[in-house]
Amino acid sequence: MEALTALIVGLLVAASVYLMLARNFMRFLFGLILLSNAANLVIFASGRMTPGSPALVPYGADAPLGEVGNALPQALVLTAIVIGFGLLAFTLALAFETYRRLRTMDSDKMRLAEPKEENQ
Amino acid sequence: MMSWLLVMPIAIPFATAVFAWLARMRPSGRWISLAGSIASLVASVALLLAVLEHGVVAAQMSNWDAPFGITLVADYLGVVMVVITAITGLATAIYALGEIPQRMERLGYHPLFQTLIAGVTGAFLTGDLFNLYVWFEVMLISSFGLLVLGGSREQLDAGIKYVALNLVSTLVFLSGIGLLYGMTGTLNMADLREAVANVENQGLVTVVAMMFMVGFGVKAAVFPLFFWLPASYHTPSFAVSAVFAGLLTKVGVYAMMRMFTLVFVGDVGFTHEILIWVSALTMLVGVIGAAAQSDFRKILSFHIISQIGYMTLGLALYTPLALMGGVFYLVHHIIVKANLFLVSGVANKLAGHTDLNRIGGLYKSSPFLAAMFVIPAFSLAGFPPLSGFWAKYLIVKASIELDNWIIAFVALFVGLLTIFSMTKIWGMAFWKPHPDGIDPTPDRAPDHVRVPMMIPIVGLAAMTIVIGFFPEPFVQFAEIAAGQLLDPSLYVSTVLGVRP
Repeated sequence: MEALTALIVGLLVAASVYLMLARNFMRFLFGLILLSNAANLVIFASGRMTPGSPALVPYGADAPLGEVGNALPQALVLTAIVIGFGLLAFTLALAFETYRRLRTMDSDKMRLAEPKEENQ
Repeated sequence: MMSWLLVMPIAIPFATAVFAWLARMRPSGRWISLAGSIASLVASVALLLAVLEHGVVAAQMSNWDAPFGITLVADYLGVVMVVITAITGLATAIYALGEIPQRMERLGYHPLFQTLIAGVTGAFLTGDLFNLYVWFEVMLISSFGLLVLGGSREQLDAGIKYVALNLVSTLVFLSGIGLLYGMTGTLNMADLREAVANVENQGLVTVVAMMFMVGFGVKAAVFPLFFWLPASYHTPSFAVSAVFAGLLTKVGVYAMMRMFTLVFVGDVGFTHEILIWVSALTMLVGVIGAAAQSDFRKILSFHIISQIGYMTLGLALYTPLALMGGVFYLVHHIIVKANLFLVSGVANKLAGHTDLNRIGGLYKSSPFLAAMFVIPAFSLAGFPPLSGFWAKYLIVKASIELDNWIIAFVALFVGLLTIFSMTKIWGMAFWKPHPDGIDPTPDRAPDHVRVPMMIPIVGLAAMTIVIGFFPEPFVQFAEIAAGQLLDPSLYVSTVLGVRP
């Protein structure tokens, strides 16, 4: 289970790096979303996978019986997902506004705040 | 009692943000923000006094004992950063009274600003790694808002680069946290010290340490990860760029100092050796980049990068003297750098631009402003007896003591080039006559704008002089802070309590 997750994380990171190297900012943003999901999976897997044993306490007991899943990484992932969602929503809005005002998504053409390159 | 002292510096800015948001349509919003900043400073000083008395102060939120709950902890380094954050916050809150137009206040300038201060303070006070990530995000999202507030085309362009690179660094940091948790099973920083030392495969620890170094390195704008900084810091309003320049990169440096003295000390020969050369290149590239610029704020932005190199060098050399210099440098730099950005704002108001080719004559027409520029500028370059001299002196002395002559030479050489950039600003903005024949006298800005903008400049310049002339107590403070970093046993025992 961990090995499979590790492979998926690797694939996600590879795909996201590929996307983030594109000139189009939208592609960069998609890459960022994938990378954010990869990071969440890393945290989730770091708590060790225990299939079929939810972190629940049976009725009438004071503590969980037997092996249960680690609840902490799940809480961390939940926090990270919420924060990541907020940040990505902001970035999407920023990208939209930038496109509306600058009329381009090509990051090579976004040079307003930086000096122009001489030989272009 | 202790927990209140630790919570207040974070809670006050948050509460202020809420009230300032409710009052954003009214003029009272800015006064709420100012009052909140004063209250934060009082709370921070109260915490400082407690730390001076006890050495390290810690509190467990909701009484969940460490390492399970969230810990807030303040040692010497943490608390001095909190105080300096509150001082910078107050300075920029006063400055904003003059600079920030009503249009931006209505968009929520003050709530965003206070949230930023809360995020920065939280990052300095937390004792939990995942909590640190959350504070980074609080800081990041409010800085995004402040950066693009106003919505000029330049700001949007800068915003894209700032947001994109900072988000990547955050994700690297977050993955690092995940992997570290997977190896050790704890996220409490004090607990991690022992847990990381007990990990069998120390090679993996070093790999994760490098992920942290990259994540924090982007935030701190070290070579070769700094490209977002000169692309963005010259675009927002001057109050915003001053608080960014003073505080944001320093959070990265602080986090690096914390993690690489408390947790990742297993392979100092590898990690800190990399950091030495990264620091040297950061210093050089930053200062050379500044030499190529001809805009007031762009020059200052590149100088942030070059100065960051000195601070990380203090960490990288990893001797008591070097860390002491690094801590001293942090404090000195925040005051000086924020002040220079504030001065550039006044220069822009009076002379009409920040492009040095299009302004001039400030020395003749506004000699007081010129004097207020000279103090932080020469302090930045390291002229005795200003604060920067002592900061540079400690760092250079530490590298000479290690017989690292190349680093000592680089540090001195960068100081020389810093003087070059500062004299360039001086010559072009202050000395030469204004190209358009304008006389940039102080009354070109009305009193209600100029006076609040000048108060923090004078205050911060006075602090630079005080640190410069009476460095003894500050150096002693930095010495204790460095001692606590190198031997965090008090930090660990205060956080974890006495365990059976």
